Amino acid sequence: MIRIDGVTKRYPDGTVAVDRLSLDIPDGAITVFVGPSGCGKTTTLRMINRMVEPSEGRILIDGEDSRRQPVNTLRRSMGYVIQNAGLFQHRTIVDNIATVPRLLGWSKEKARSRARELMERVGLDGSLAKRYPYQLSGGQQQRVGVARALAADPPVLLMDEPFSAVDPVVRKGLQDELLRIQAELGKTIVFVTHDIDEAVKLGTMVAVMRTGGRLAQYAPPAELLSDPADAFVEDFLGADRGIRRLSFFPSAELELLTGPVAAAGTGRTAARDTGDAPYLLVTDADGRPLGWAEPGLPTDGPVDPGRLLPCGRPFVAGQDSLRAALDCAVLSPTGWAVAVDGSGRVAGVVSQQAIGEAIRAAHAGGRSDGADTGASAKVAG
Amino acid sequence: MNGLFDLPSDLQHSYLGLVGLHLREALIPVLAGLLLALPVAQLCVRLRWLYPPVLGVTTVLYAIPSLAFFVVLIDYTGQTETTVMIPLAVYSLVVFVPAIVDGVRSVPQETLDAATAMGLGPVRRYLQVQLPIAAPAIIAGLRVATVSSISLVSVGMLIGNQGALGNLLYDGMSYGRPRLVWLSVIGTAVLATVVDALLVLLRRILTPWMPRGARRPSAGNRPEPAVTAGKGAAR
Repeated sequence: MIRIDGVTKRYPDGTVAVDRLSLDIPDGAITVFVGPSGCGKTTTLRMINRMVEPSEGRILIDGEDSRRQPVNTLRRSMGYVIQNAGLFQHRTIVDNIATVPRLLGWSKEKARSRARELMERVGLDGSLAKRYPYQLSGGQQQRVGVARALAADPPVLLMDEPFSAVDPVVRKGLQDELLRIQAELGKTIVFVTHDIDEAVKLGTMVAVMRTGGRLAQYAPPAELLSDPADAFVEDFLGADRGIRRLSFFPSAELELLTGPVAAAGTGRTAARDTGDAPYLLVTDADGRPLGWAEPGLPTDGPVDPGRLLPCGRPFVAGQDSLRAALDCAVLSPTGWAVAVDGSGRVAGVVSQQAIGEAIRAAHAGGRSDGADTGASAKVAG
Repeated sequence: MNGLFDLPSDLQHSYLGLVGLHLREALIPVLAGLLLALPVAQLCVRLRWLYPPVLGVTTVLYAIPSLAFFVVLIDYTGQTETTVMIPLAVYSLVVFVPAIVDGVRSVPQETLDAATAMGLGPVRRYLQVQLPIAAPAIIAGLRVATVSSISLVSVGMLIGNQGALGNLLYDGMSYGRPRLVWLSVIGTAVLATVVDALLVLLRRILTPWMPRGARRPSAGNRPEPAVTAGKGAAR
C-alpha cells in the first residue's frame, strides 16, 4: 500500500501545488486522481516516484518511507506512463520496452523476449518490434508506453494522463485494454486524469482534487456519483451524474416479461390478452428480435417486416447495467426495452416504468450496504 | 614533370601524400573541437545563463584572423602542423557548441521525464538518451565544421610549409603553373565534397530512427503520430 501522509509541496516562489494531502492508495486497484488543471494531481503522482520531492510530510510504500531506498531503485520498481508516451525515438519498439529490464541487468536476449511477450499482452503485433516510434500511430505508441512500464513487472504503475492525447475512439480502446490487463495482472495503479468520465470508468477509488492542491473527496466512483461531498465535486461531476451512476447497477434484477413476445408466423394474436404490454415483440424463428407489432397488426401469417416498428439496439440481460437498459427503453419507439441473452436471442421485454422501479430499488439498496464498503463492482455498459 | 599529378620536388610529397596531409590537418582539429565542445555544451545546457557568454566567446575567437593566431602560437609550437591545427580547432567551436546545445535541448521533455522515471541517472540519461537524439544536429554541425576546416588548412602555407594542398597553390602561383593551381583548388573542393558525403552516410547509418526525408522533430513540435513509413506500418 502507498500511504500519502500529510504531504505538502511548496515551490520557492510560494506556490502551493499540494496542500496537506493524506490518503491511502490500496494495493491491486486503480486509484485515480482527477481535478482541474493546477490542482496538484500530477505533482502528487511525481512525488510518489520522487521526481518531485515533498516539502513536508512523507510517502510510505508498504510502510517504509520512500526516501529510504536509492531513488533509481525506487523508480525502477514503478512503471511510468505519460501523455504522448515519451518513447525513445532512437530505439526500436522492442528496445524501448526492454529499457528497464536492461537497466536491472537482464541479458539482451531475455529482455527482448520479455519485451515481445509484453507487446502481445498490450495488443501490439509482433511485426512492429523492429520499427521505430515514428512509424507507429499515437494509439500504438501509447500501448508501447504501457508495455515499457510493465516490462520489469513492477508492483506499481504510475500513469500521468496517458490517454488524453489520442482521439476518443482510440482512447476508449486503450481504457478497455487497461481494465483487461489490470484484471489479469492486478497491479497497484495510480492514474492521473482531468477527465471525470475516465476517472469513473477506470477507478476503483477516485480522489477528486481542487485548485490549490487540496483533496475534495476520496471515494469509490459509485459513491462519488451518489454522494458528492460538496458543490465543487458535484459541479465537477457534471449534470448527468444520476444517469451515469446507473452504470454501477446491474440489470440482473429487472423482471423481464416474455408474454408480449412471439415468433413470426405463430399466429399468437392472443398475446394481446395478457394485457402486459400494448405492443407485441415479433422475433424470427431463431428468437432474434425483428420489431414491435402495433396493437392492430395481426400476427397470424407471415409478418411484413416493413410494418413493424424498429426495436433498436437491445441490452444484454444480466450483463449490461441499468444505464444501458434505460437507454434502450428511452430510444425505443414503444418505450419498452428489449433484453437479449449473450447469443442475441430475446430474453424478454421490460418497460420504462419497470426500469424506473428497479432504479429506485437499487438506490435504496445502494445506500444501505453498497456505498460505504467501497466494494461496488462496476457493470459493463 | 609530364604526368598530370607530378609535383615540384620542393613540396616533398606526392599528390596523394598532400591529400593525406591535408585530411589529417583538417580532421584532427575538428575532432578535437568536438571533444572540447561536448562538455562545454553540456554545461551550457545545465546552466542556462552560461550559454550566451560562451556563444559570445566562441564568436569572438572565430573572428580572430588565423594569421594573428599563428603569430602568437609560433613562439610556442613553432612552424609545425600543430600551429595550424590549434586555430582550426578553436574555430570549429563556433559551430559545435550551438549545434550540440540545440540538439540536446530538442529532446522532448516527456522523453526526458520518461527516462528519469525509469531510473536512468544523469550520466546514463545523457549518454543513452540525450546524445543519441542530438546526433543528427551534432552531425549537421560536424559537416559544416569539417568542410570549413578543409578549406582553411591551406592558410598553413603562410607559416612555411604547413598548408598541404595550400602549398601546392602557392607553388603554382609562384612558378606560374596553372596546372598546379587547378590541382590544388579542385582537389580541395573534391576532398570537401567527398568527406561531406561520407558524413551524410554516417548520419544515415547512425540514425535509422529518423523519418526519411523529414526534418528533425523539435521539442515543441512533435510529428503527427500517425505518420507511417511505407508498407504495413498501419495495421
